[in-house]
Amino acid sequence: MLEVKDLSVAFRTRKGEVEAVRGVSFDVKRGETLGIVGESGSGKSVTSYALMRILDAGGEIRSGNVTYGGIDLRAASERNMRDVRGREMSMIFQNPRAALNPIRKVGHQIEDVLIQHARATHQDAREKAIRAMEDVRINDAAARYDAYPFELSGGMCQRIVIAIALACDPRLLIADEPTTGLDITTQKAVMDLVRDLTRDRGMAMVLITHDLGLASQYCDRIVVMKDGEIVEEGDPQRLFSQPKHAYTRRLVDATPRIGASIRDLLPPEERTPQPSHIIHDRPLLEVIDLAKSYPGKSGPVQAVKGISFAILAGQSVGLVGESGSGKSTTSEMIARLQDPTSGAIRFEGQHIALTPAARFTTHHARRDIQMVFQDATDSLNPRDTAGSAIAEPLKRIEKLKGAQLCARVEELADLTGLPRPLLSRFPHQLSGGQKARVGIARAIALEPKLLILDEPTAALDVSIQALVLNLLVDLRAKLGMTYLFVSHDLNVVRLLCDEVLVMKDGEIVDRGPAAKIMSNPDHPYTRSLISAAPQPPTAPEPEKRAVN
Amino acid sequence: MNARLKMILGRVAQAIPVIAGVVVISFLLTRALPGDPAAYFAGPAADEASIAEIREALGLDKPLIEQFFFYLGDLSRGDLGTALSTGQPVIADLAGRLPASLELTLFALTLSCAIAIPLGVLAATRPGTWIDHLFRVLVTAGVSMPTFFTGIVLIYVFYYLLGIAPSPLGRLDFLFLSPPHVTGFYLIDAAIDRDFETWLGALKQLILPAATLALFTLAPIARMTRAAMLQALSSDFIRTARAAGLGRRKVLYGYAFRNALLPVITTLGMVFSFTLGANVLVEKVFAWPGIGSYAVEALVVSDYAAVQGFVLAMALLFVLLNLIIDIAYALIDPRIGLN
Amino acid sequence: MTNTTAPDRPGRQKRDTTLGHIAYVLRENPVTLVAFAMLGFFLGSAIFGPSLVPFDPLATNAARALEPPSWDHWFGTDNLGRDVFSRVVVATRLDLTISVAAVALSFVTGSILGSVAGYWGGWIDAVLNRFLDTIMAFPLFVLAMGVVAALGNTIENIIYATAIINVPFYARVVRAEVNIRRNAGFAQAAKLAGNSDLRILAVHIFPNALPPMMVQVSLNLGWAILNAAGLSFIGLGVRPPTPEWGIMVAEGANFIVSGEWWLALFPGLWLMLAVFTFNLMGDGLRDIVDPRKRS
Repeated sequence: MLEVKDLSVAFRTRKGEVEAVRGVSFDVKRGETLGIVGESGSGKSVTSYALMRILDAGGEIRSGNVTYGGIDLRAASERNMRDVRGREMSMIFQNPRAALNPIRKVGHQIEDVLIQHARATHQDAREKAIRAMEDVRINDAAARYDAYPFELSGGMCQRIVIAIALACDPRLLIADEPTTGLDITTQKAVMDLVRDLTRDRGMAMVLITHDLGLASQYCDRIVVMKDGEIVEEGDPQRLFSQPKHAYTRRLVDATPRIGASIRDLLPPEERTPQPSHIIHDRPLLEVIDLAKSYPGKSGPVQAVKGISFAILAGQSVGLVGESGSGKSTTSEMIARLQDPTSGAIRFEGQHIALTPAARFTTHHARRDIQMVFQDATDSLNPRDTAGSAIAEPLKRIEKLKGAQLCARVEELADLTGLPRPLLSRFPHQLSGGQKARVGIARAIALEPKLLILDEPTAALDVSIQALVLNLLVDLRAKLGMTYLFVSHDLNVVRLLCDEVLVMKDGEIVDRGPAAKIMSNPDHPYTRSLISAAPQPPTAPEPEKRAVN
Repeated sequence: MNARLKMILGRVAQAIPVIAGVVVISFLLTRALPGDPAAYFAGPAADEASIAEIREALGLDKPLIEQFFFYLGDLSRGDLGTALSTGQPVIADLAGRLPASLELTLFALTLSCAIAIPLGVLAATRPGTWIDHLFRVLVTAGVSMPTFFTGIVLIYVFYYLLGIAPSPLGRLDFLFLSPPHVTGFYLIDAAIDRDFETWLGALKQLILPAATLALFTLAPIARMTRAAMLQALSSDFIRTARAAGLGRRKVLYGYAFRNALLPVITTLGMVFSFTLGANVLVEKVFAWPGIGSYAVEALVVSDYAAVQGFVLAMALLFVLLNLIIDIAYALIDPRIGLN
Repeated sequence: MTNTTAPDRPGRQKRDTTLGHIAYVLRENPVTLVAFAMLGFFLGSAIFGPSLVPFDPLATNAARALEPPSWDHWFGTDNLGRDVFSRVVVATRLDLTISVAAVALSFVTGSILGSVAGYWGGWIDAVLNRFLDTIMAFPLFVLAMGVVAALGNTIENIIYATAIINVPFYARVVRAEVNIRRNAGFAQAAKLAGNSDLRILAVHIFPNALPPMMVQVSLNLGWAILNAAGLSFIGLGVRPPTPEWGIMVAEGANFIVSGEWWLALFPGLWLMLAVFTFNLMGDGLRDIVDPRKRS
């Protein structure tokens, strides 16, 4: 149905031309779901924009052919393309809220498409739009018709985007990272919906994602892209059991999955034995009835509703929850960046919440509680070099100077696997993984007893995530740190943590040893979290792969 | 709709502290005079006795806070003092001259929006082309023009050299009688009176000063339109609209332009501020009998009550215009007031 | 790379060195190059002008009054026989001084007010906002008129008035920039590293607000000149016979209707060029700090 041959796309930038896509060929058969998987910068999204001919300014198809049902899309006039878009092929996007016109009622946005493609007249447009909304399982569609995007949740906005895309019964749907930024349970709901709708209508789909696990669960066939080229193609089972290309293998390895240990995420040749960490039988941190409420428009909003837990010295505890669960607020209160509304935090037996966050800088426990932030880019001052970022706590708290300081910074760089020459670079000259290492080096500079990790890998590509997680395992063993690992991803938490706390709506709903929570969860919410996470096919046996 | 109404009322309520602030500042400006305010208020020709008399009349011998309440009391009665130059109450002078200023300002703003917005859209839809570059230079040149200088150049060219503009003296050539007073806007009053000749005469007088003001305000509006339009066109929702096959007109005007209009409306507030300021200069250049030239005349003779009244009137007018802008914005943007 | 919501777009490349980027902007954008050259010219006139001009800007010569431009008098002479060219050049220093002093004053005041309000928020923020709202509730030029009229008719007061009306712009820009960064990861990290609030604000957050402020500075320099010239045009501030562009245009305006165009044209043109230069610089500076604008 869709045939792409030797497609190349180039962008004009001020550094000259950049080839984003280089000689990509694939086809999509009727009713088939094709996954295009790649990490950031692989050119997967650009490929999809090129198919629809909606490249950003400066982008241009350089060579190759795109044929859809016998029509040469590259040669088609803009007018013909408009008829193809929406009616034959349509597209859904990441960040659904931004993908909708913010000042137009969602119902009208669906009508616009129906009227454009002559599927409705002004008289029956409303009725048909509501039907299209019902088709994507929006309850009470007639009432939602008049809503503006900002009044709807992210998942609901994505349903509207899907309704727009499917309103005119296209035969091919291109989904560009449709669930990025959505919670894991919402992700599952949206993906299931898309799968059901395309299946029922006999549509073909191209799913573009960075998540190999997600692709393998929903796609019949997967192509793997790297640096603008397709490196491998095959069905999901085969890709996971017998990856041919080295990059695919790396990607498969790095995808967290059942039965894999943290070392299994690394390429086989880098798998050193996993160091063990010692857990002492004394609590390092005790959280007692901790609560936080913010003033809201209609009364105070309770972000954290009186939670209690303890972390033993040397233990790693995972704090898991979806957005709005209160997990970040909890971690910031423990890091003494925020003050609790009530409750106590005891660190090594001392009530540290008695010192207000604003004055905690001078508290002697400051050096013992440090934090690695979620977004490595955001957590580095754009005007400071990597080296001065790492040096900051040493200068301010340890009062190190001169050669001593330099030596310690270099030592930390070595410890976190950051090449020394990079210390003089600014954040924008570093890759995501390197920035994460800088953030970690800064956090461990004072050798804290408790390290709070706030989604430290959420923004990273999966292969980088594997490296960073393993670095954290090594550091824990080497420095004897206690971890509080905050994450939305149970699969990742399980790899690193001994105990898991599951938070929902400001409360801890489930807790227990990591292995038990994963294999035999008590609470229905935990169960839904686990089942919502995409499960890739089981990884290959190491021996089997050695043959390849 | 109810929430919208509540929001509008909220905006109106928000204007109250601002007005209070304006009143306080204008009071302080009166009292911040170096030397003896009474002497200023009395004017240069006053002798000791009359100064003392005025001091007592103004309550300047009382404590500051008491003076402030006197001031408030006067304000509430619409008493802004008496202008030296005309011998009339300041409020009457201002009321009589305000329509002239408003007619000039509104005409100029309409003119400049009508040109600037399409221009900005044109440049935004052709980024990087020579149209865009030319636009950039023109807009920057426009915002660099001192209004009083533009006015003088226009007079030289159209009055002295070409002789197609009437002499730059006021709202109407002395050959005409001003139309019967209804709104105070000559164009409207003449139209109501069905006096076409007067209408044309008033328009001729209006064109040059209005063009001067419009040239000045053109640049910021056009520049903002271009920026807002570029921003809107690079938004994700435009990509959605294109991917759904919507036509170019629909995408450009139905989706991008409406979103781009919001920041443009916000800019209008700033533009009003510039316009009302530039108005003073333009009125002086064209001898336009508005409140701006009134203030300039008053400044020359140190007629302090008149200047204060003018500053206060301008501020209140500007607060009102901003209120209208805010409400217009809220009516277009559904997000305001609901989250 | 680290932003999952950003589409992988190869056009979005990392910035090289700052110098390389400036060189790129200047090369790519000749307009900016011209602007910086013109700035050099005006600075030269301001510094060396008074010692280079052919005539004393105050010397009158009734015998040669109202002469059109000639070899002797490039810009002609005014009604008192003074050399317009010398006056225009000499005025550069005064006009630039007024605008630079006013902008510097409002930059400092606005930065402090905005930083404090943006970082600590709460009632300080509320009070500052009310205060700024009140200043902004006046049409700016009108407020400047009121301030100069109240404080007295001197050059210093022109500077103060111009500074006052520009303070809100800086305060608002800084407040917004500081506010979005006060909870940024790097500010939190600085807190964990043992920095006091004041230090975080001054060393870590405020410098990041500088780029957008530099743009504001270049625009405001233009406005400040216009504002000062406008005030002298209506008879406030600088007094004759001091050479100043606004006054010279005002004096020349009386001769326009009788055809003596050079009196007003040249000072007006110079004024315009100066403002034009600053505004063009603003565009260039913005392009320098925001490479996304033109890619």
